Amino acid sequence: MASDRIFGLVTLITAVAYLAAATQIQTNLFSGEYLPKLFPMLIGGVAAVSSLFLLFKPDPEPDWPAAGSWVSMGIAVLVLSVYAVLLTPLGFIVPTAFAAAILSYQISPNAKPAMIAGVGLSLGLFVLFKFALGLGNIVAYRIPTPAKLWDAISILIPFVGH
Amino acid sequence: MDILSNLALGFGVALSPFTLFLAVCGCFLGTIIGALPGLGPSNGVAILIPITFTLGLDATSALVLMTSVYYGAMYGGRISSILLNIPGDEPALMTTLDGYPMAKQGRAGDALVLSGVASFVGAFLATIGLMLLAPSLARVAFLFGPAEYFALYLLAFCTLGGMASNNQAKAALAACIGLGIATIGVDSSSGLPRLTGGNLHLYDGVDFLVAIVGLFAIAEVFFFIESHGKGSSIGVKLDKVRVPWADIWETKWTMLRSSGVGFVAGILPGAGASLGSFMAYMTEKSIAGEKGGFGTGVPKGVAAPEAGNNAAAGGALVPMLTLGVPGSGTTAVLLALLMTLNITPGPTLFTDRPEVVWGLIASLLIANIVLLLMNVPMVKVFVKILMVPAWILLPGVTMISFVGIYSLSGSYFDLLMMVGFGALGYILRKLDIPTVPVILGILLGGNMEDALRRAMTLSDGDAMYLFSSPIAIGLWIAAIAGFVAPMFLRNILKKPQAVTD
Repeated sequence: MASDRIFGLVTLITAVAYLAAATQIQTNLFSGEYLPKLFPMLIGGVAAVSSLFLLFKPDPEPDWPAAGSWVSMGIAVLVLSVYAVLLTPLGFIVPTAFAAAILSYQISPNAKPAMIAGVGLSLGLFVLFKFALGLGNIVAYRIPTPAKLWDAISILIPFVGH
Repeated sequence: MDILSNLALGFGVALSPFTLFLAVCGCFLGTIIGALPGLGPSNGVAILIPITFTLGLDATSALVLMTSVYYGAMYGGRISSILLNIPGDEPALMTTLDGYPMAKQGRAGDALVLSGVASFVGAFLATIGLMLLAPSLARVAFLFGPAEYFALYLLAFCTLGGMASNNQAKAALAACIGLGIATIGVDSSSGLPRLTGGNLHLYDGVDFLVAIVGLFAIAEVFFFIESHGKGSSIGVKLDKVRVPWADIWETKWTMLRSSGVGFVAGILPGAGASLGSFMAYMTEKSIAGEKGGFGTGVPKGVAAPEAGNNAAAGGALVPMLTLGVPGSGTTAVLLALLMTLNITPGPTLFTDRPEVVWGLIASLLIANIVLLLMNVPMVKVFVKILMVPAWILLPGVTMISFVGIYSLSGSYFDLLMMVGFGALGYILRKLDIPTVPVILGILLGGNMEDALRRAMTLSDGDAMYLFSSPIAIGLWIAAIAGFVAPMFLRNILKKPQAVTD
């Protein structure tokens, strides 16, 4: 019940914000005054009506996981985000070993197999991509300068990064 | 004998040693992808698209490889359904109903081989149906103008939402999320950015591959974290595998009927393979009656959904190729593949690039035969691969997804967006909001908007133009019916629940 209502409220606010943004779409002589706005406004309208339905006729509550699983999933999102920004400055092997090991640990909490999985996956995939598939330019390893490393990490910090 | 000469053209394209090698690789890879719990045809193909793209294969080779993976995954899905009682994807759910009980009776090998043969019959007949039907449908599609196309896209969203979801509002919301994301980026007619929030990374729009891999593959990781990788160990032992000729002979009519039912269900836009396997199973169940013993592990209960499911997969290619409107999640991913290869599906595809269409059809036939030959003797190898524990498999899949998406643009922004889509996919699926309309919205949003704009420009802004031809009116009626009817049919067509231990 509550989950659907909260989700409906979030989508309703998003839909209204989207509609507001749609009215502000810039147009020019080539596009005509209303054509670039028409389709976004239709979508926003349908989304707002559907959100209202969700608010007033919610489905039964789904089985949400326990608090511990939420923490694990939060860690997973964080690890994957850090992995995403570090892939460019650090290259493939080192970040992959850490990210894969932590993910593996979140799925099955055994430290030793998780570490082996991390290192094994990192090296195995490196060999696969570099030598079997010829994608060496994508999985190359790099040694970054501290400034570049900070540049990458700062992307994830609100209002600091670019 | 137009078809035969076209088919000869197709085989001429698809039968070189290199493409045959790709077909074998694709079938093997696809069967593994389908067999692994948590990986189905949609996410398997989605992860592999960016990698194929980076490998620099030409259009035909890439198409052969990916269709083999697609068909292979449809085949492989039955392995985890029968042995683990875990359907790899939604259409495979019906196979668990009789497949798992049959495996528990010690007939796991028989069930696997029988379902392999049924898959072959379904897919083979559907490919022939595709060959006969698609060219004539492509001729009808020439009559479609912008108003008709707009109505057709609407029909796809309505039926997909109506069939696939338990709540129409949620399905509509999912489609809106996808369409809304599709409108982000530089506008096609004015050349000005819209709805980007000033973010330079969004000027290009959101790549559908980022969304597909995020919603399908990354979201799966969160489900495994939630369940801590439980339920992925083999529950049933598989001993000697031999060919159960008697069962195959006994189910011959079941396979033929189910293929027909599945093919028709697959053609309906938005319905796809889930409806195909469901209808095939239900039809056979009512023909067999009470004595048939459906649900207790009878061979017919294994053959019917597998033939129906694979026939529907072939049938779903008909609207995808002729109209550019995919019928299911997996065909949506295949449409993404065609768009990545710069091939625009639609009626002109058959006249402009016959070598692509007929090469695709020929490669489907080849993939089918390779799969049958591979699956019966090698089923034990695939069962071994199922033993890979989730804590190695899922991190591996994630890392491959990252490399694939990173290879598209080399931008961290796409990767962060993919993680975001993964989290969104988890929340949506938890709330029982279908994710396929989101994908379809991102894929088709641009075309749908173009159709609307052209219609509005032609009619000088008169909305009634959208209802100006009989075809358009028919499509609108079908769309509304497809959206509304399932609300009333839901009580009658109750889906059977999976068997529990």
